[in-house]
Amino acid sequence: MTLELSNDKCSVAPYLSVPNEGAPALIGTLCGVCDEVLLGVRVACGNCGNRKNLKAVKLSEKGKLYAFSVVYRSFPGVKTPFVSAIVDLEGGGTLKGTLRNVEQDPHSLAQGMPVDVVFEEIDQKDNKGRPCTGYFFEPADQDQRG
Amino acid sequence: MTNVVIVGTDMIKFGRFPDRSIEALGAEAALMALDDCGLSIHDMDAMYCGNLMYAPHMIGQRIMKEIGQTGIPVMNVTNACATGAAAIREAWIGIKAGVYDTVLCVGVEKMPKGLLDPGGEDDGIQREGILGSGLMPCVFAEAGMEHSLKYGTSFEQFAGISVKNHHHSTMNPKAMYQIETPLEMVMEAEMISYPNTKLMCSVNVDGSAAAVLMSEDKAREMGLLNRAVRIKASSLSSDPYSQRNHALSDWNSVTRLCARQAYEQAGCKPEDIDLIELHDCFATAEMLHYENLGLCEDGQAGRLVDEGETTLGGRIPVNVSGGLLSKGHPIGATGIANVVEIVTHLRDEAGERQVKDARLGLTHVVGAGAACAIHILERIE
Repeated sequence: MTLELSNDKCSVAPYLSVPNEGAPALIGTLCGVCDEVLLGVRVACGNCGNRKNLKAVKLSEKGKLYAFSVVYRSFPGVKTPFVSAIVDLEGGGTLKGTLRNVEQDPHSLAQGMPVDVVFEEIDQKDNKGRPCTGYFFEPADQDQRG
Repeated sequence: MTNVVIVGTDMIKFGRFPDRSIEALGAEAALMALDDCGLSIHDMDAMYCGNLMYAPHMIGQRIMKEIGQTGIPVMNVTNACATGAAAIREAWIGIKAGVYDTVLCVGVEKMPKGLLDPGGEDDGIQREGILGSGLMPCVFAEAGMEHSLKYGTSFEQFAGISVKNHHHSTMNPKAMYQIETPLEMVMEAEMISYPNTKLMCSVNVDGSAAAVLMSEDKAREMGLLNRAVRIKASSLSSDPYSQRNHALSDWNSVTRLCARQAYEQAGCKPEDIDLIELHDCFATAEMLHYENLGLCEDGQAGRLVDEGETTLGGRIPVNVSGGLLSKGHPIGATGIANVVEIVTHLRDEAGERQVKDARLGLTHVVGAGAACAIHILERIE
C-alpha cells in the first residue's frame, strides 16, 4: 500500500490517495513500535518518534462519529449550514470532514453513530485546472452492514 | 538563578484604530509600561515584541523607532495566540540566564475583522466546508462538544461563561465592551458554530500591552520592589501526541502538560491560586480549561459555572478583566494583557473588580497549532 497521487487529479488531503487507476483510498502509517495509526505517510511516528519500523496501511472507510459542530457561519461562498465532524475509523485513525445526509441539528446527532467514508469529485478545480477528489461522511448504510 | 519580577506594566484600552499604525499602538503601551515603573528606554537591555499578523515586518524595530533607537537586541516573537506570553517567557529566560537585567516586552496587534483564515494548502482549492470547518469558532466548538458529549455539559452552561465575562468587563474601562449580556441574549445571538453563538466568540480588536521585566536583585537595588510582582513560574508547551490531534485540536493535553510544569515550578497547587486570566477565545474553551488547570475534577466544569465559583466574589474568579470574550483578543497583545490584569490585582489596584487579598495569580493562553503558555505571578510581601 502506498500513497498515490495522479498527475491529472488533485487530492483534498495529504492522506487521501488518488491514483491514476482505481479507487481513492485513505492512507495511514502503522507504527511497529507503539502500534499507533497515524494519518498519511510518515517519516517518523508522531507518538514515539520511531523511524524504522513504519508501514503504510489502507485505512477503513467505516467509522463512528466522535464529535461535531453544526457550522452556520463560514467564509463567503461556502454553503451553510453543514456538519463538521470528527470520525474515529475502525481499526485506527481519526478524520475530520463534512457529514452529509443528516439533519443539521446538533440534538439529532449522537456520538458513536456509524458513518461511511465516501469519495467524490468536488465541485472545484485546483490552480492547475485539475479536478479534485474529496471525501465525505454519510450515515452508514445499515442494510449493508453485517 | 535570579528571580525575575515585573516592575512596570500597562495596556491601552482595546478597540478599533484604523487610523493608527501598529507601531504607534505598540509604542503607546511600551511608554505606559516604562512610565509605570519610572524607567526610560535607556534602561532597557533588550526588547521582545509579540505580534502575529505582521510577523515578517520587524514590528519590534518599528516600535523602537517610535520610542528610542538605543540599538539594544530586539527579537520579534510569534507563537499564534500564545505570542504575547511567549515574548514574556523569552524575556524571562534572558534574565534568568543572566544575559540581561532589564527587558521590555511589547505585544501588539491590528486585527482583521470577522473570521480568521487558518491558512493551509496553496493550490486553489477551498477546503472549508469540504473537510468540515477549519475556522476557529468550529474548531473550539468541536472541542466543547467533545466535553458536552462526554459529560452532558449544556449549551446554557457554555453560554453562562460568556454572561460572566461580559459582566466582569463592565468593571474594566480598558475592555472593548462594557455591556451586560443576559443569558437569553447570549443564547439567542447569531449561531456561528454550535454551541458558540456570536456572543460566545472573542472579539477581534486592535490593542497593545507591555511589561518591563527585571532581575529581582536589580529591582531591589533600584528601589522598585514595592510595586513589583514576582514571576513564580513560566511554562511553555507544545501539543504532545494524542490520538485524534490531527483531526480534533487537542487543547487539553497541551494545557495539562503546561499547567503541571507551572504548578511544580511555582511549588503551589491549583487551590492556592487566587485569580486566573485564561484563554477564553470561545466560551467552550474556558469550560475545558477549568478542568485542564485543575480548578475542579474532570466533568465538573459545568457545575463551576452554575454555582458562580468563577465569577468575581466566587471561589476562584476567572477572567475578571472580561476576558477575550469582552475585553477583546488582539492576538499578539493578549498574553501580555492578561499579565497586566493579574499584576493589577496583585498590586491591589483593580478598583471595582479587585479580587480581595489576591496573592497568587495565573495567566494562561493557548495558540492553535498548538502552544500553551502559563505564568504564575506572586505578590511580593
